[in-house]
Amino acid sequence: MELATLLWGLVAVVGVPLLLCGYVAATEKLLGLAPARRRNALRPWLWLAPGFVPLAVFLIYPALHTLLLSFLNATSTRFVGVANYAYIFSTRSMLTVLRNNILWLVVFTGVTVVLGLIIAVLTDRVGYEWVVKATIFVPMAISFVAAGVIWKFMYQYQPAGTAQVGTVNAALSALSSSFKPQAWLFNKAENNWALIAVGVWMWTGFAMVILSAALKGIDESLFEAARIEGANEIQIFFRIILPLMKPTVIVVTTTLVISVLKIFDIVYVMTNGSLDTDVIANQMYKEMFNYQNFGRASAIATLLLLAIVPVMALNIKRFGRRGATP
Amino acid sequence: MTASAAAVHTGAVAVRGALRTTVHLVLVVVSLLWLTPTLGLFISSLRPAGLVTTTGWWRAFSTPFRFTLENYAHVLVQANMGRSFVNSLVVAIPATVMPILVAAFAAYAFAWMRFPGRNALFLVVVGLLVVPLQVTLIPVLRMFNAAHLTGTFAAVWIAHTAYGLPFAIYLLRSFIEGLPGEMMESASLDGASHAQIFFRLVLPTSVPAIASLAIFQFMWVWNDLLVALIYLGGTPRVAPMTVTISNLVNSYGGGWQYLTAAAFISMLLPLVVFFALQRYFVRGILTGSVKG
Repeated sequence: MELATLLWGLVAVVGVPLLLCGYVAATEKLLGLAPARRRNALRPWLWLAPGFVPLAVFLIYPALHTLLLSFLNATSTRFVGVANYAYIFSTRSMLTVLRNNILWLVVFTGVTVVLGLIIAVLTDRVGYEWVVKATIFVPMAISFVAAGVIWKFMYQYQPAGTAQVGTVNAALSALSSSFKPQAWLFNKAENNWALIAVGVWMWTGFAMVILSAALKGIDESLFEAARIEGANEIQIFFRIILPLMKPTVIVVTTTLVISVLKIFDIVYVMTNGSLDTDVIANQMYKEMFNYQNFGRASAIATLLLLAIVPVMALNIKRFGRRGATP
Repeated sequence: MTASAAAVHTGAVAVRGALRTTVHLVLVVVSLLWLTPTLGLFISSLRPAGLVTTTGWWRAFSTPFRFTLENYAHVLVQANMGRSFVNSLVVAIPATVMPILVAAFAAYAFAWMRFPGRNALFLVVVGLLVVPLQVTLIPVLRMFNAAHLTGTFAAVWIAHTAYGLPFAIYLLRSFIEGLPGEMMESASLDGASHAQIFFRLVLPTSVPAIASLAIFQFMWVWNDLLVALIYLGGTPRVAPMTVTISNLVNSYGGGWQYLTAAAFISMLLPLVVFFALQRYFVRGILTGSVKG
């Protein structure tokens, strides 16, 4: 490790906070010079500036610039109108990419929410709750890259008749003698489902933790009252738990939708989009780096943003209504 | 109790008992399903090359019983994982520290200062929470190229700081806003300035929220592939572990004994953080469930 790198690291870790403390001290000094009336009007902006300058430079401006680039050609030198968008919606490989994202969106989100909900409700009734929860939550802590390696190994395939090293093929062969080992990541009929399963494995813990917290917030006496009235557990789930947890289910669902639209690492590591498994984010990376087509890459990124706009609007509305004033 | 009522009661008890057994069964099966992939990876990483590719990892404890640390030694030295581990630390620590104070300033201003446009501006932050970072890649890469920062750690520090800010501001604001108003007022009546209130009162009382934020940001940066891939690239000198492993997946093909060892090295720190600081991690997730 070069000394220079360590030195810069130290500057960033110690220097940046010190600089920021100095900044606030300096602004207070400066504000002391301003007339008292102006002081309180100016101060908030000086406190917001260190945060909003990076937001403007690295998020807001680039997003707008990307929107502009999406109407320019590959090298950003000529205006091409909506040609990049027309390409996306008329090329077979791009349509496959869109189809895959919709598949991810529906299947991944649906399965993860339902599984998370079921596990949250079931673990609530047993004494070893935290053990199950920790086990299911652990994949949330590791990287998509590591998960990709883990599952590529799980999906290993050897021709039928030879010993299977991949857990999935070996387990299914052991369970059913009629099962034929599959090349999960290579068969077009299955590969997308196999990738989605990895996503579910990683994110179910997330859904479970949030839903479980909401479940614990429900008044126990409601269940007791229902049981005395003769309601069975299934009725309690559908008539009491589910309606009360609806807002949380919506929050979890929107969070999963946002994550799944941007899904990149799993596909990049496991198949790199080969054999019809590509997704929007991976395709954008390819257009940007492999083909250097900045127009198309920008158009794909813009579509991604457009897909997320409804969720963004929902969040803003929800927050605006809650009243941002203390 | 009449005989028939007793029979109904026993029946109900039996049904309930069967239900309970089913619940236990489902939970045990699900837990095993979730545990198996990671367990398989860990066991395989300790097996010699010849065995990993010929017998399943679940046979590791039958014949032949052979384990080795050679895979770890190999990837740490030959496959650049040792260097990458250090690189991941060099990327993640500054990228975790840098946004915290910046976000705390903004969060404090949002929570305890009055100014026109405060709500609107905060809604901008809420909107930015979900902006996919893909939409920023090309312009930001061009900026970094122009500033000759591409391929340097500084580029990822800056990028991760900016990308992490909306969530950081959001999370800290919701905490700082909840601090008791009397505390602020009495301090301000005693003549304390905003800077004094912030550093002496707000920052120390916000430590739990800052801990959640730091863990969250650290895990996110440590596990990130895309930002590192784009602004840092795959040169061994700077590549963090996620980038190195994704390269190994292509170059090693069937070298599972090495890939599993490399993947496990990258999981070590997050697993330790997770088990040691689970409480803060979960709280971060609960507060931030709108982050993209």
